[in-house]
Amino acid sequence: MSLASLRANLRVIGALGARSVRQTFRRPQLMAPILVFPTLLLAIQTGGAGSAVDLPEFPEVNGFLDFMLAGAMIQSTLLAGNSGGIAFAVDIEMGFTDRLFAAPISRFAIVLGRLAGTFVLGIVAAVWFLAIGLIFGATVEGGVGGALLVIVLVGLSAVAFGGLGSAIALRAGKASVVQGLFPLVFVILFLSSAFFPANLMLEPASSVAEYNPLSFIVEGVRDVIVFSLSLEGLAEALGAIALIGAFSVGLTAVALRHRLRTGG
Amino acid sequence: MEAATVAGRRLTRATLSAHAAMVWALVSRAGNEIVRVPGAAIPGVLAPTIFFLGLTAVFGNLTDLSGFPTDEYQSFIIAVSLLQGAGFTGAATGVNLARDIEQGWFDRLLVSPAPRSVLLSGLVLSASVRSLVPATLLLTIGFALGVDWPGVGGLLLALLLVMGMGTAAACWGVTLALHFKTQGAAPLMQAGMFVLILTTTAYAPLDRLTGWLQDVAEYNPLTQVVEAIRQGFVGDSLTWSETWPGVVVMIGLVALLGAFALRNMRRTSY
Repeated sequence: MSLASLRANLRVIGALGARSVRQTFRRPQLMAPILVFPTLLLAIQTGGAGSAVDLPEFPEVNGFLDFMLAGAMIQSTLLAGNSGGIAFAVDIEMGFTDRLFAAPISRFAIVLGRLAGTFVLGIVAAVWFLAIGLIFGATVEGGVGGALLVIVLVGLSAVAFGGLGSAIALRAGKASVVQGLFPLVFVILFLSSAFFPANLMLEPASSVAEYNPLSFIVEGVRDVIVFSLSLEGLAEALGAIALIGAFSVGLTAVALRHRLRTGG
Repeated sequence: MEAATVAGRRLTRATLSAHAAMVWALVSRAGNEIVRVPGAAIPGVLAPTIFFLGLTAVFGNLTDLSGFPTDEYQSFIIAVSLLQGAGFTGAATGVNLARDIEQGWFDRLLVSPAPRSVLLSGLVLSASVRSLVPATLLLTIGFALGVDWPGVGGLLLALLLVMGMGTAAACWGVTLALHFKTQGAAPLMQAGMFVLILTTTAYAPLDRLTGWLQDVAEYNPLTQVVEAIRQGFVGDSLTWSETWPGVVVMIGLVALLGAFALRNMRRTSY
């Protein structure tokens, strides 16, 4: 790939990414799941289950809000991935993606453009929840560097989950199908340590949460907020993101090839 | 004079009969939607079920803390899940109405000779009946997972209040649908019910709630409805003192939101 071609593709990714972010901010039905619902759930769960810190085996934390922040961020990225998939499917239904496929640009740049937008939304979510946490008394034990690391981890998670949303959108081509996966997001969340320590959950959810890749991502983000930077936690989080990301890339490639070959 | 009275009575009967037929047609149409577009009903049924199972799995050990009236979290949380199911179903009525407005179908209803109150009755009555669908699934799964049997009285009270919640949520959804006239208002319809239901003693008893939520739950009237439903699942028997506040609150909520919906319905022109 020549430098000119690379530059052209980067321009496409930038333009489509910016379009994707604008699209999300303009449509309340895309924006609400990313920020509004996770914020409401964070507020309600913190107040509703806050006394859980009195349980004997609950880890030492400054407050339940500190513990819950990581879960809220990752919930937001999962929903950002789902919302991105819905928007992508709408583009397919409207024929916008077909016009892009006919243009002399890399097909992967089209998907990466969508994911660039999801990355930005992930960063917005991370900053939003860090701000809310700090306003309402949470502390980031990892300091400023830790906060930046949290933002990067959450942004990368959004890309990994966004890849799954894009793959499903490409394969199904219908927004209603991607929208139908919304409840699945909560199944995955409840079967992870996003909202509670895995060892304090009931079986079989507790065992599933121990091995759920989402738990590794949440724990990696949580470690930085609640304890301090842990290289082991960071490596596990990055490993889980890479695993989900690789799976997303594979699924997207297959779905893209299928769509280009069959046209639907 | 007597003939006029008889004629007037006949007219009233005929009108009433026409109104009843209209309400029935709208309820049947909503019922048909479940059969013909099951995908549209699935989220409303699935979401509260997932929340019920998920919250039980995640927060199940909270009952180890003092102050919980039961050792089984599923028995504690089922009341909230039932109300959530009704809330989602009612909000879906608003989303469906917004869709009908966008597609022009609702305009055809507006030009019909049916009064607006009859149109509203058809919409909210259908939501009230439809709210029994998620309730049935939740109760079936709940009993299979060890939710305590509330007794016939407790079950009937729970179902009555669930239908009331479905009606109230539908009135809320209809109000917003008539105001915004777009399905884009769907998150607002859902979020309104979500907040109203979860800012109660949803997760824990009042004494175990923390921070702002404890204050809000204490004054949120829906807490009385949650407690009225919950008493059958966590206690030995129903008590009048825990029942009447919930029933009164539900009647008030339906009356208030119904008045808003009717006002918007009457203001809507085609």
